[in-house]
Amino acid sequence: MANLSMTVNGKAVTANVDPRTLLVQFLRENLRLTGTHVGCDTSQCGACVVHLDGKAVKSCTTLALSCEGASVTTIEGLANGGALHPMQEAFREHHGLQCGFCTPGMIMAAVDIVNRRGNSLDEKTIREDLEGNICRCTGYHNIVKAIASGAEAMGKGAAPARQAAE
Amino acid sequence: MSATGIGAPVRRKEDHRFITGQGRYTDDINRPGQAHAYFLRSPHAHATLKKIDTKAAAAMPGVLGIYTGDDLAADKVGGLICGWMIHSKDGSPMKAGPHPALAQGKVRYVGDHIAVVVAETLAQARDAAEAIVVDYGVLPAVTDTASAAKAKTQVHAEAPDNTVFNWHLGDKAATDAAFKAAKHVTKLDIVNNRLVPNPMEPRAAVGDYDQGEGAFTLYTTSQNPHVARLVLSAFIGIAPENKLRVIAPDVGGGFGSKIFIYAEETVCVWAAKKVGRPVKWTSDRTEAFLSDAHGRDHVTHAELAMDADGKMLGMRVHTTANLGAYLSTFSSSVPTYLYAPLLSGQYDIPAIYCEVDAVYTNTAPVDAYRGAGRPEATFVVERLVEVAARQLGKDPAKFRTQNFVRKFPHQTPVIMMYDTGNYSASLKKALETIDYKGFAKRRRDSARNGKLRGIGFSAYIEACGIAPSAAVGSLGAGVGLWESAEVRVNPIGTIEVLTGSHSHGQGHETTFAQLVSDRLGVPLENVSIVHGDTDKVQMGMGTYGSRSGAVGMSAIFKAIDKVIAKGKKVAAYVLEADEADIDFKDGNFSVKGTDRKLDFGSCALQAYVAHKFNGQDLEPGLKEGAFYDPTNFTFPAGVHICELEIDPDTGVTRIERWAAVDDFGNVINPMIVEGQVHGGIAQGVGQALLEGARYNADGQLVTASFMDYCMPRADDLPSFEVGMTVTPCPSNPLGIKGCGEAGAIAAPPAVINAITDALGHEDIAMPATPQAVWRAAQKTLSRMAAE
Ligand code: FES
Ligand code: FES
Repeated sequence: MANLSMTVNGKAVTANVDPRTLLVQFLRENLRLTGTHVGCDTSQCGACVVHLDGKAVKSCTTLALSCEGASVTTIEGLANGGALHPMQEAFREHHGLQCGFCTPGMIMAAVDIVNRRGNSLDEKTIREDLEGNICRCTGYHNIVKAIASGAEAMGKGAAPARQAAE
Repeated sequence: MSATGIGAPVRRKEDHRFITGQGRYTDDINRPGQAHAYFLRSPHAHATLKKIDTKAAAAMPGVLGIYTGDDLAADKVGGLICGWMIHSKDGSPMKAGPHPALAQGKVRYVGDHIAVVVAETLAQARDAAEAIVVDYGVLPAVTDTASAAKAKTQVHAEAPDNTVFNWHLGDKAATDAAFKAAKHVTKLDIVNNRLVPNPMEPRAAVGDYDQGEGAFTLYTTSQNPHVARLVLSAFIGIAPENKLRVIAPDVGGGFGSKIFIYAEETVCVWAAKKVGRPVKWTSDRTEAFLSDAHGRDHVTHAELAMDADGKMLGMRVHTTANLGAYLSTFSSSVPTYLYAPLLSGQYDIPAIYCEVDAVYTNTAPVDAYRGAGRPEATFVVERLVEVAARQLGKDPAKFRTQNFVRKFPHQTPVIMMYDTGNYSASLKKALETIDYKGFAKRRRDSARNGKLRGIGFSAYIEACGIAPSAAVGSLGAGVGLWESAEVRVNPIGTIEVLTGSHSHGQGHETTFAQLVSDRLGVPLENVSIVHGDTDKVQMGMGTYGSRSGAVGMSAIFKAIDKVIAKGKKVAAYVLEADEADIDFKDGNFSVKGTDRKLDFGSCALQAYVAHKFNGQDLEPGLKEGAFYDPTNFTFPAGVHICELEIDPDTGVTRIERWAAVDDFGNVINPMIVEGQVHGGIAQGVGQALLEGARYNADGQLVTASFMDYCMPRADDLPSFEVGMTVTPCPSNPLGIKGCGEAGAIAAPPAVINAITDALGHEDIAMPATPQAVWRAAQKTLSRMAAE
């Protein structure tokens, strides 16, 4: 067992964990933050995407101990109090989700795309940058629309809540 | 139309919890004292189990119990069942081999369940499973669909020639006569590739046992928790229904694969009592590939007979369907009654005869996957029709129009009575959407860039809203396929609707609420939909076959009628008028010809305080239930057109445009319906271009992860142009036909028809991967060079 401390959604957390513990296990099982999902075991689907020090990572292939001292944001920490993050709002407005299982990872990946590529995203860029995320329900059509619109809204609005938390 | 009523694109009520990470899926549920289950699975496709030694494993740290098939048998836990009886041509019942939840004596596919280890942690359970010593007597495996009946290996002693049934439908003599009279016959050999459904949420189960009450609770990833309870109680014998609660909370997609009652949830709920602790199992993705029921896997020869003008005269089909190693819950219905009755497509074909041989193989069980039988039928029909048009030198759109059914109702030669439709209208709209007239120019432009451009049609029909209970009973179903609803009006007028339908992405919490809001004139936020819990909802048949709108909402409609009727009685007392003079409109009960009225909420309060009427004359309260049994199947139909471009140098196929025009009857929420179409098309394109489950000759699944099995990703797909035409369905009160499977049914032939159009020959099978397309394109190029 090993000691671990990090900041998750703005709160300091410490724990004593098996060194094999993956970040996603730590989030889901120790912290009961079950919004981050596991959809595969080969790092292919992106259901587990969270932000580690502001960058998207697949928490299913990240050891919890490697995040010592880091700041992690999960889907639960994206909204700013009662106000949804513009990307969350865009997914709802554009029906970018059906069963909701891929959604937390999609939204976290989408915010990361905007952070990397800015607020004006064309369809091709969005589709290519979603390479690491699988959705079985939506056919991506509305996810692409949601991300384009969420990206624009992020540009208009205040700084994304995520950055405030980190 | 109000902003939240029928026909409005209302944003979904359920979304808030999903976009904020507050969804509650089965794996998110943890019970106090919970232990973890790990299944030891067969690494061999076919083997006898000579000895299973669990002694060393049982002594490993954290192990609470290790169980095998013998332990289940000792507790009289029954095997898994197939709920649809099919009879062969000769009248004999299908040959169903035993299907124990944990293997007894023999394993029959890679991933078959040998033992379960329950331990304090998952890691401990897994470590202990590795310490179980199994002595296998490895047997040769049979995996190939077409040759399974001739294989020397026998999967089940009960099924000689690995044959489950030899079934047929239609009039053979009439069909043979039609072929004799024909001037032209088109023939095609078709493989419908095997698929793995892969909802993004893997299956999971948490079994819990309350010793004080002697009652079980099972949380599970199910599309139909009541059917699960029925099977676990009545057939498997876990506990009587009143001592077994099944909860299907948020479910992350199903596509058919979560209809079935599997070994894992059976064992988890049983083991909870054995170890005296809640027991949790969550599938990892590889387990999902190995053990979720797969879809499709047909090998077919089909022929279409036409007269000199191209009028269709008859169709003859022979299909071999692979059902895997065991008969899954509804497997036998898929290549039979969900398949052959759809072979008439949208066409007026006087004679059809179809034979289906179903075979066992040493592969995972095969059952319903989005569309279930109907995609296979549509692929046969629409490939045949496209090739026939090419052979006759006719325009594919005109050839279809020439043969469309035009008069309704239309009795096909294969059971179905189409109630309504306007197939030409959908085709016309789809042709306009894709700009069919401009295609020739776009093709020339592609050619100038060294690309091959093609256009492909798919005019599909499906049978949904399954289905009149007496009808399916006569065809072999073990259950009725009605749906139930209960509308509970609270004293201040808020409403809970309990439904036997189950939402796992379809948005029922929104669409069902729209119906209630529309009919009762109450705000959408005052309506809650309750589903997925057998302790709350009395009984239900669940969600599959695009039935929740046509059947589930019809049950709600019927219960609302009863609420309104009761409300009128209450209002008559309160307004001191004759019941016959009470109208209900826009949320108000009023007395005809006066301005006296009572709003719905006040009426509910009056029903509960019961001050204005005598409780002997009228029962207090406002709560009504209904069971709705459909009067016919429903027949959604439409036309999808795919336009694509092939790069002959790389074999990469890019879908350039997609026009979908569907007739789903009346639509409650067009935003949700379009979403269903998008998702269905993506799965259909996946089948056509990317996905294929492959077993090698030893029966190893060589595509058992997302690294080997190609799922459609965002950059494999275009945006879709989706439109609708509407002919309301006459057989249910809402005029709904259903929309959940249309895209997956329509898409594969549209893609393959477009690819073969681009290639100029028919020599390509699904999935048309870049490698396959590259090979096929070389043939095209060498022909072009020769010309
Ligand atoms: S769980 Fe699939 S990529 Fe992490
Ligand atoms: S919404 Fe179900 S997997 Fe994306």
